[in-house]
Amino acid sequence: MNFSFTEEQKMIIDTADSFLAEISTSSAIRSAMETPRGYDQATWQRICQEMAWPAMHIPEEFGGLGLGGVELVAVLEQMGRYQLCSPFLSSACMAVNILLIAGEEHQCAEYLPQIGSGELTATLAYAGSNGGHDSSAITATATKRGDNYVLNGSYRYVIDGDSSDLLIVAVRRPSTVGDEGVSLFCLSRDALGVKTKWLPTMDQTRRQAEITLTNVTLGKDALMGEEGGAWSSLEKALDLATIAVAAEQAGGAQQVLDMTVAYTKERQQFGRTVASFQAVKHQAADMMVAAESAKSSIYYAGCVAHEAMYGGPLGVELAEAASIAKAQCSAAFFANASTAIQLHGGVGFTWEYDVHLYFKRAKSSEILFGNAKYHRERLASILLDQG
Amino acid sequence: MQLSFSPEDEKFRSDVAAWLKDNLVGEFAKLKFRGGPGDEHMYSGERRKWEQKLAQGGWVGVGWAKEFGGLGCSIEQQVIFNEEYARAGGPGRVGHIGEGLVGPTLLAFGSDQQKEKYLPGILNGSELWCQGYSEPSAGSDLSNVKTKARFDEVTGKWLISGQKVWTSLAHESDYCFVLARTDPDSVGHKGLGFFLIKMGQPDIEVRPIQQLTGTSEFNEVFFDEAECDGSDIVGEPGEGWKVAMGLLGFERGVSTLGQQMQFQNELDQIIAIAKKNGAAEDIVIRQRIADAHVGLKTMRYNSMRMLSGGEDGSLQKEALIYKLYWATWHRDLGELAMDVLGQEAEILTAAPYELTRLQSMYLFVRADTIYGGTNEIQRNIIAERGLGMPKEPRG
Repeated sequence: MNFSFTEEQKMIIDTADSFLAEISTSSAIRSAMETPRGYDQATWQRICQEMAWPAMHIPEEFGGLGLGGVELVAVLEQMGRYQLCSPFLSSACMAVNILLIAGEEHQCAEYLPQIGSGELTATLAYAGSNGGHDSSAITATATKRGDNYVLNGSYRYVIDGDSSDLLIVAVRRPSTVGDEGVSLFCLSRDALGVKTKWLPTMDQTRRQAEITLTNVTLGKDALMGEEGGAWSSLEKALDLATIAVAAEQAGGAQQVLDMTVAYTKERQQFGRTVASFQAVKHQAADMMVAAESAKSSIYYAGCVAHEAMYGGPLGVELAEAASIAKAQCSAAFFANASTAIQLHGGVGFTWEYDVHLYFKRAKSSEILFGNAKYHRERLASILLDQG
Repeated sequence: MQLSFSPEDEKFRSDVAAWLKDNLVGEFAKLKFRGGPGDEHMYSGERRKWEQKLAQGGWVGVGWAKEFGGLGCSIEQQVIFNEEYARAGGPGRVGHIGEGLVGPTLLAFGSDQQKEKYLPGILNGSELWCQGYSEPSAGSDLSNVKTKARFDEVTGKWLISGQKVWTSLAHESDYCFVLARTDPDSVGHKGLGFFLIKMGQPDIEVRPIQQLTGTSEFNEVFFDEAECDGSDIVGEPGEGWKVAMGLLGFERGVSTLGQQMQFQNELDQIIAIAKKNGAAEDIVIRQRIADAHVGLKTMRYNSMRMLSGGEDGSLQKEALIYKLYWATWHRDLGELAMDVLGQEAEILTAAPYELTRLQSMYLFVRADTIYGGTNEIQRNIIAERGLGMPKEPRG
């Protein structure tokens, strides 16, 4: 047993750390927030070319680097620390995973190399206008007409939904409910009958959109996997995406702690640094407990995610590990970000200091793919409703 | 990251499990899952015999080097031993202070004479030790010990006078290690000595402390010119603090996964009750049970990081948070147990004050956030050592 990073993984982390320190500065984040896509396209191209992050866990046969779940959470943790504005979560963590899990050979061969190289961005849309995170959230429909499918319905809270080139959408056979009748299709955002609309959000570092499909007609080649039998694939992809967000949250939880320690060491009141007061130190200590525990949960979830994708005994724990990580990291990031504002005092309340960016990101990340309460209930169901 | 154990370690695991299965039977069967924290007053005589049984099996000193009579096991194997021991319901170890604290201290700081005199009794399970650190005025501020050690030039013995407190197993123990002031004019960390004292002397009085559980696991120990051989001071007079701090560093977390298995047993018991009495339908209880599960899993991941880190043996950040984390988690578990039990939570097994196991746990966990460094001290340590925040000015 050795629950620590290999030398190679440590190098990947160090490289990510120094690259992100250079490209995701406070001013870079703030200008990215102002752009229509919510991220800087030139920076995204640098990430794809110089770091090859979107290709990281794409298998080599599809032009990727073939790395695993642990490397992915390690890099996501760093992205969370630096609050990177990018389509990495939507393209690399949602779209790539669903393609790897459910995509047909020709779809993987067409899309994965392009996503890996940065030529194409992609996202996954599943929840209808009421939101939600399980199969009941899917309300859009696909009706078979001859050899084609006609898609109708709308999606809300779609990450990067108005900027992604490729949309992967979950639909259901008309009049089915729950896990039954769910299918996945991929289509271009430019396809006839697709409308997207940006939904301005409180957290400006990650974009959400509404997508409406009106009689969008797709051929069989757009179908991913078996018609009507896609829920288990989608559920798996959502668990992987949940782990990805949790990894960002763990990074965020650490970063606000570092910012708070640095600030309170500098700030003087009553002739002492604020960091020397026990009332402050004890809150910082609790932040460290939360941050370290969040990290432990995502490292474990990264190992589980890896085995869920590529085989191994831990793979069966995917849903549980995802829920543990998301419950843990949502609570940790939010608690740490709110304590960070408090311990920064007045300046924590200003637009100028970055603390509010993390505070807002903490809330949006908590909501994404189900908050702590949702994931605790999922765990309660495993613990209490079976056997 | 490699989460599984090697085939050799798995073989070791099955050896441990098989031995426990074969030996925790007969007169020892009733000891299963007994004698842990909050239950240490139970079956102490039988547990003493069990300690010798373990020693005969070669399972005392699992982590000690072979040249000193130990098994020379790796950290992983020590973890495995503790895990299997807890899984099998191995009773609370009456010999743990000798094996885990005194032995390693003597190996690091003791004289050859001290090693020869004391290590065999620890290894064969025949001699038990207790700890003389805390005093009425030296709790969190341990360096404030007032117990005095005076060297008698005539007899060549040290004479120890003072009062220790919170000494578990004092009435059972053969020896006690005591931190006492060799320089009567000294204050704080300086001028202390670390002594090995024979219990049962007429000049030593042990008085049990009745706890809020109604039971007594801890004692007060009064020394009134109790004798200690001149050769039974570890290190030089004045070096006691260094030895005492070294001792606290020997706990490297190998027992943590075993401890978590006991916690898992308690959580499983609470879950079983919730399913049976309908508490499992309550949405708030469901959230809290799930939260306890998340906390316990996270504790496991934290300790796996702690055990994997620092090849040089240095303490990692994960080690700093461990005590605060488990103590707080366990305290919350006690409250969860009562809330799951509902009205039944109040009803005792019998008068005058016979508690159920969960009631006893609920009350005893109040000690967890106090002993071995209170939550407040832990937060100071985390802030100062983990985050580099300044120490508060002291009086």
